[in-house]
Amino acid sequence: MTVSTDNMPIENPPIENARVWRLGADIDTDVLAPGAFMKHGLEVIGWHCLEAVRSDFASGVRAGDVIVAGPNFGIGSSREQAAGVLRHLGVAAVIAPSFSGLYFRNAFNLGLLLLTCERAAEVGEGERIAVRWRAGSDTPEVQRANGERLPCAPIPGFLMDMVQAGGLLPLLKQQRRRAHDGH
Amino acid sequence: MSTPQTLAQKLIARAAGRTQVQVGEVVTCAVDLAMFHDSSGPRRLQPMLEELGATVWDTNKVVLVLDHYVPAQDSDAQQIVQRTREVARQWRLPHVIDSEGICHVVLPERGHLAPGMFCVGGDSHSPTGGAFGTYMFGIGATEMLGVCVTGQIWVQVPRTLCMHWTGRLSPGVSAKDMMLHMIGHFGMNGGQYQAVEFAGEAVRALSMPERMTLANMSAELGAQVGLIAADATTVAHLRQCGVSQARLEQALQWQGDEGAEQERHDFDASVLAPQVAAPHSPANTRAVTELGSVAPTIAYIGACTGAKLEDLRAAAQVLRGHKVAAGMQLLVAPASAREQAQAEREGVMQVLRDAGAQVLPNSCGACAGYGATFAEGDTVISSTARNFKGRMGPASVQVYLASPYTVAASALRGRISDPREVLA
Repeated sequence: MTVSTDNMPIENPPIENARVWRLGADIDTDVLAPGAFMKHGLEVIGWHCLEAVRSDFASGVRAGDVIVAGPNFGIGSSREQAAGVLRHLGVAAVIAPSFSGLYFRNAFNLGLLLLTCERAAEVGEGERIAVRWRAGSDTPEVQRANGERLPCAPIPGFLMDMVQAGGLLPLLKQQRRRAHDGH
Repeated sequence: MSTPQTLAQKLIARAAGRTQVQVGEVVTCAVDLAMFHDSSGPRRLQPMLEELGATVWDTNKVVLVLDHYVPAQDSDAQQIVQRTREVARQWRLPHVIDSEGICHVVLPERGHLAPGMFCVGGDSHSPTGGAFGTYMFGIGATEMLGVCVTGQIWVQVPRTLCMHWTGRLSPGVSAKDMMLHMIGHFGMNGGQYQAVEFAGEAVRALSMPERMTLANMSAELGAQVGLIAADATTVAHLRQCGVSQARLEQALQWQGDEGAEQERHDFDASVLAPQVAAPHSPANTRAVTELGSVAPTIAYIGACTGAKLEDLRAAAQVLRGHKVAAGMQLLVAPASAREQAQAEREGVMQVLRDAGAQVLPNSCGACAGYGATFAEGDTVISSTARNFKGRMGPASVQVYLASPYTVAASALRGRISDPREVLA
């Protein structure tokens, strides 16, 4: 575990040299986690993730890759497998100009980082990007291959706590352990 | 200093134990009721609760509904259903509604909702509860775990978008058309996860099942909740559902303050034509008259959105004394067993059967896309809520969303048709 040198209240997961998968607008929960496979676990859902709109994704995605999408990412169902499957496939973050509010909550509850970035459309397919955190702030930036930095909306500390813990379940576990230990 | 509060703010303030709340602040609310179903519920929650060594905070405040995987289509679904029933017994859940209808319909039907409550549901159409003046929204299974362990949940106090409808709907035009029109106008995320409140003469004139359609499809507007302040119609309906007198006496107090800050959008119900959302988005909406060349082979009346008693009556009004077009398959999946029983008593189900309808079980059916769905190349006109590519079958399936009136008129004529012509 590294120690953060700035005033960040939390330590943010590093995203460096991450390969970009570009997707369009209105990516819905049903293409992320198709209903026909919802009776199965994330492994099976993962084989079919996004197959209706991007058939090379499920087999080609690698741990540490990021998705850069158009507006309204995650619209539709409350099925959190639509967020869980991306974590399962190793996606480090989803970057888009806007997200469904319900998907946004689910993603953080499952430890998946979402970055709201108005200028996401400027990032290209296959580009290598990094995510930087302005010192002492809760505001991330997307750093493009050419060094340019795209501002993102701030993320409240309590949501970043969940990303850092790996989701709400591990966070609740930590809290209960602490309560049990009498802290 | 006190500022006028919207209905959404008042509902959140009560649940947060505050006198008032400000837009944008994050508060923790006590949950009055948590609803989950066979897909989002026990099969996902039980392993996580076990891992935590925790139990459900208050089983009296939980309602479990089996509606997504019933009737089971295969052995995987059968296992999910069996496990759900086992967990319900193990947790000693007092409120289990098993294979008797869709969660958003049976929950108020059994008197579980009342104005002033703060509720969560493990399903995205949970805003349906807003029709009863309840602050209710959908969450995922992990967040539901948090609610089950703590009885609490955070919310960021939303702005309110007031959808104000003047005038009266024409015969053959319904709440579904109002909603498709608004979704087409604002887009599927136009609600920006804020609170929508439906108001005005046209909304007041709607029955409760019709109001439920508005609140239900607030999900397709991307709102967190879709509220309708209680009035005499609400109280009369809830009394029939068995809601206690004590609760009903307080029902009408849940109104937004005069002068509360909100973003108002005006619509005129009297000029609204029947609306249809073309593939593959509920926001891809146009007037029914623009789609007359489309010839569906399946007409589907189903789901929490489109197969309530009022929806069945609407379809029957169009189909009475007629048969569906040659080659047309009419499928009807009434939203709950009780609503179907009432429709039987009224002769509505017989009208639909006589027209050639095949009646399906009281469950989510093809709408959820979890079990039996449509086949490669099918073109469907459907009273359901979503027509995403691949949701209700293979990616090649073309689903058009419309009101039960329009679905029935299209079944009759074999192409997408204006129900006002049939009813005239």
